[in-house]
Amino acid sequence: MKFIVAIVKPSKLDAVREALQGMGVAGMTVTEVRGFGRQGGHKEIYRGAEYEVHFVPKIRIEIAVGADIADRAIEAIRDSAGDGRIGDGKVFVLDLEQAVRIRTGEASAGAL
Amino acid sequence: MTVSKPTRGWRRMALALGIAAPVAAFAPPALAEVSAESQYIFNTFSFLIHGVLVMFMAAGFAMLESGLVRKKNTAAICLKNIALYSLAGLMFYLIGYTIMYPGDGGWIVNGIFGNLDLFYDPSAAETALIAAGDKATPEQLKAVVDSGYSVPSDWFFQMVFVATAASIVSGTVAERIKIWPFLIFVVVLTAIIYPIQASWVWGGGWLDAMGFSDFAGSTLVHSTGGWAALAGAILLGSRKGKYTADGKVTPMPGANLPLATLGTFILWFGWFGFNGGSQLALGSAADAAAMSIVYVNTNVAAAAGVVIAMLVTQMRYGKIDLTMALNGAIGGLVAITAGPDVDAHWKAIVVGGIGGGLVVFAVPMFDKFRIDDVVGALSAHLVAGIWGTLAVGIFGGGSFFTQLIGAVAIGIFVFVASFIVWYILKATVGIRADEESEMNGLDIAEVGMEAYPEFGQAS
Ligand SMILES: Nc1ncnc2c1ncn2[C@@H]1O[C@H](COP(=O)(O)OP(=O)(O)O)[C@@H](O)[C@H]1O
Repeated sequence: MKFIVAIVKPSKLDAVREALQGMGVAGMTVTEVRGFGRQGGHKEIYRGAEYEVHFVPKIRIEIAVGADIADRAIEAIRDSAGDGRIGDGKVFVLDLEQAVRIRTGEASAGAL
Repeated sequence: MTVSKPTRGWRRMALALGIAAPVAAFAPPALAEVSAESQYIFNTFSFLIHGVLVMFMAAGFAMLESGLVRKKNTAAICLKNIALYSLAGLMFYLIGYTIMYPGDGGWIVNGIFGNLDLFYDPSAAETALIAAGDKATPEQLKAVVDSGYSVPSDWFFQMVFVATAASIVSGTVAERIKIWPFLIFVVVLTAIIYPIQASWVWGGGWLDAMGFSDFAGSTLVHSTGGWAALAGAILLGSRKGKYTADGKVTPMPGANLPLATLGTFILWFGWFGFNGGSQLALGSAADAAAMSIVYVNTNVAAAAGVVIAMLVTQMRYGKIDLTMALNGAIGGLVAITAGPDVDAHWKAIVVGGIGGGLVVFAVPMFDKFRIDDVVGALSAHLVAGIWGTLAVGIFGGGSFFTQLIGAVAIGIFVFVASFIVWYILKATVGIRADEESEMNGLDIAEVGMEAYPEFGQAS
């Protein structure tokens, strides 16, 4: 099993969800996050004083998938979240040791 | 104590209409005369309905301030606002009213310090009349009606103004002041400081005798609140991290601009009560006409304040600052408050527009002096209030010199008195929350609850 963490632009969340659901990913968790990368922040003005906003809003997507579909999932995220512009985001992939469905106690792939 | 005290506006109205009686009667010979009882009803109605509008300004201040503080101080600012409104009402009943309106011959120091008639009951004559029921004598009814308006309605209308002055202080000292010492200051401000200076003008004191004119309180309410806030802000110091060692300003953006916008609209709405009701009478065609003019002037002044603030921020910063546009509305409203009866609407636009523009320049100016004003109350209420008071002298509502004397005299009195009270509080109980409380937010440190506790248990 693989654990995929993707950081994407907030406006791309729906497209990513659609793409992942379409290829058979059975669930996902999302959080509103802020981050910086090469895109950096931007300047804002509040009551006459300029200040730098270092972190830009992003969406963090977490999905646990079987190892067999991990590569296709990553492809789906790239296709749906990418604009080809800086700030599009990143995908991190981790090995996943265990998963358990709380309701039934099913473990491993059956829990996904 | 007599009830036929000089109330603000009566004098001006009587002079304008060429009559000496305290109740204005506008009766061109061709029209039927308005009966004294009808006048009593309409005047009372005006006090009550406009007083309620001004009362709602307390909600406006609460929302404006809630929007402009950071999330972690929201519950504390809400608590301060409802507490100060309540304390102001009780203090004005307990002490304030008779200091402010000592009546003819009631002064302890003539024209300077009013009466100390504790627990003065403004409703005595009305209560007696109602208690008498069917047995009320015509004389008894006449005594009530002849005062021109229900005395408790006037009491109510004056009380809500005191609360406004206290609200102004709350915003400036937000995010770092301890709540109880703040409330003690509010008690002194509303029981003593505000009523003394207000008696000088609206109570018929020495500034009134000089001809100083402040229709609804650019100086008496708004600058007074501003001076009290300034003294507090100086002794309190700035929020931690607001100014860097090399003189830069670290913005601490407000948490909720929709709330700040709602608060500004509520204040604008309430201001029709503030200025319109300060006509103090609705018992004649002349009063109804004058009041309508006041409404129009109040509205165009606020609108001009917003537009000028928008234009100035666009030119200075390349963007339109919403919070400044909101402050611009308040600046315009405060500026016109000394003379909303000005004789041409274009003059109201000029007065309000300059008021709004001044705010945009005053905000960074106070920052330069490292005076940390969280919501811009010093700029919108103090600076625009002084401007509005002087504008009366410029646009034909009185002598410029007299207006200047009034603004300066009240400024010195309120600032010094407030400074002393803040200083004593600082030296005894302390006024500033400790560093950890300030970092964690006053909601947890002082109120023990969060304004938005959705995370975890509470959801
Ligand atoms: N090394 C990293 N670790 C964790 N998150 C990162 C990392 N690099 C980028 N991110 C996240 O990805 C977002 C987009 O990265 P960015 O470098 O701005 O654009 P791009 O990936 O298109 O070059 C960032 O805002 C941040 O949330």
